[in-house]
Amino acid sequence: MYSEKVIEHFKKPHNVGKIEDADGVGTVGNRACGDVMKLYIKVKDNKIVDIKFETMGCAAAIATSSIITDLAKGKTIEEAMKITKDNVVEELEGLPPVKVHCSLLAIDALHAAIKDFKDKKK
Amino acid sequence: MRVYLDNAATTKTAPEVAEAMQPFFVEKYGNASSMHSFGEEAKEALENARQLIANYVNAEPEQIIFTSGGTEGDNLAIKGTAYALKNKGKHIITSKFEHPAVLECCQSLEKRGFDVTYLNVSRDGFVNPEDVRKAIRDDTILVTVMHANNEIGTIQDVESIGKICSEKDIVFHTDAVQSLGKVLLDVKEVNVDIVSFSAHKIHGPKSIGALFVRDKKQLQPLFHGGAQEFSLCPGTENVSGAVGFAKAVDMLSETDVKRMTELRDYLIEKLLEIPEACLNGSRENRLCNNVNVSFSHIEGESILLGLDDQGVAVSTGSACTSKKLEPSHVLLALGVKPEEAHGSIRLSLSKYTAKEEIDYVIKAVKEVVESLRKISPLGK
Repeated sequence: MYSEKVIEHFKKPHNVGKIEDADGVGTVGNRACGDVMKLYIKVKDNKIVDIKFETMGCAAAIATSSIITDLAKGKTIEEAMKITKDNVVEELEGLPPVKVHCSLLAIDALHAAIKDFKDKKK
Repeated sequence: MRVYLDNAATTKTAPEVAEAMQPFFVEKYGNASSMHSFGEEAKEALENARQLIANYVNAEPEQIIFTSGGTEGDNLAIKGTAYALKNKGKHIITSKFEHPAVLECCQSLEKRGFDVTYLNVSRDGFVNPEDVRKAIRDDTILVTVMHANNEIGTIQDVESIGKICSEKDIVFHTDAVQSLGKVLLDVKEVNVDIVSFSAHKIHGPKSIGALFVRDKKQLQPLFHGGAQEFSLCPGTENVSGAVGFAKAVDMLSETDVKRMTELRDYLIEKLLEIPEACLNGSRENRLCNNVNVSFSHIEGESILLGLDDQGVAVSTGSACTSKKLEPSHVLLALGVKPEEAHGSIRLSLSKYTAKEEIDYVIKAVKEVVESLRKISPLGK
């Protein structure tokens, strides 16, 4: 069902955990639906210098969380905002159609974390 | 180590079963309906199989109809009864946690003008027979309630339900696919009119099952095209399948049930040592091979795949593995919260399951649950 890349990220997800002094935190999804993603970012000179995640969800939810941290790390806020769900799916070498919504959830989590960062800066 | 704990999905075909079936492929391949000796030997094997299965449930051989399995059996029982008795009434009673083969038959009948009552089930997984009595109307023609639930293994009081139905002269069907060989169902003791069985849940081959039918006049065939199986399930008989099914029934033993019960209890006890784990469905009146546990703060598909990585095969009631993206209708019917249903796994044993395998599984589940909880933002 899943690509090798998804299984690889599910088994050994990158950037797991929380950042205690995060500059932005985004939480999306809900327990009743079975997916909750929490993304933490640390920003320095407009760049995402550190990013970590905590996720409750299926293998696709965990793999998309992992890949979004890889994609966003080291990018400027503007560059990170340009990451699309297609980038996520492509990077994971495809997702089953019923699981594509997980990639959207990862994008939403990143956007929520960036919004939180911007709100805090104000 | 590879451990198969998904025996409620299907079982390994017993080597003895496979061996018993062998001659009916290249040697005794005759059509059981043919008059020559090739046909005769096939017919003899088919009727011996029928007799053996009939004996096991205390039925008469002419009350046993071979089907292609549980789904066909349920379809024939429910739609066949509805079509045969539609002039008598159009009301059917079932429960909310039936197998999809039953639920979807009922839904399809609703589209054809039948009225279906879906009974609630208790928190621990039982249909209250009194609820059946209360739901009965003048136009009720059929009650269909499963013998044992396929996800949580709770054994239903078919004796009481059967009694109520017989008092009211209503056909009572039960899907006994999961309970065959695990809970005895004597059709002379229990007032049941139609029962569905399947071979592949008891180490028999796939694509063969049987229907016990007390009175064939109350049943209309769904397919036409031959007089096989009393014209109720026409088509060239699956002789090898019937022989394999009978062999599997012949091998059923009380000792295996006892052994599975002990291993099941041990597995439940150890899994419930994990924090925030709970058993779904009653601990009593439960199939000897069924364990269904929810783990808070994590999701079932991840548990399944994490266990698969360690060689352990289980199933889950999580939405993430269903095409509809909805959690198990069985767990929701019990009143389990969706978030708990998402984190459920079913582990189902067989007579081949060894103690060492159970110990390995316990260790694997503990590891997987712990590592997924580390990733989860919840419960901290």
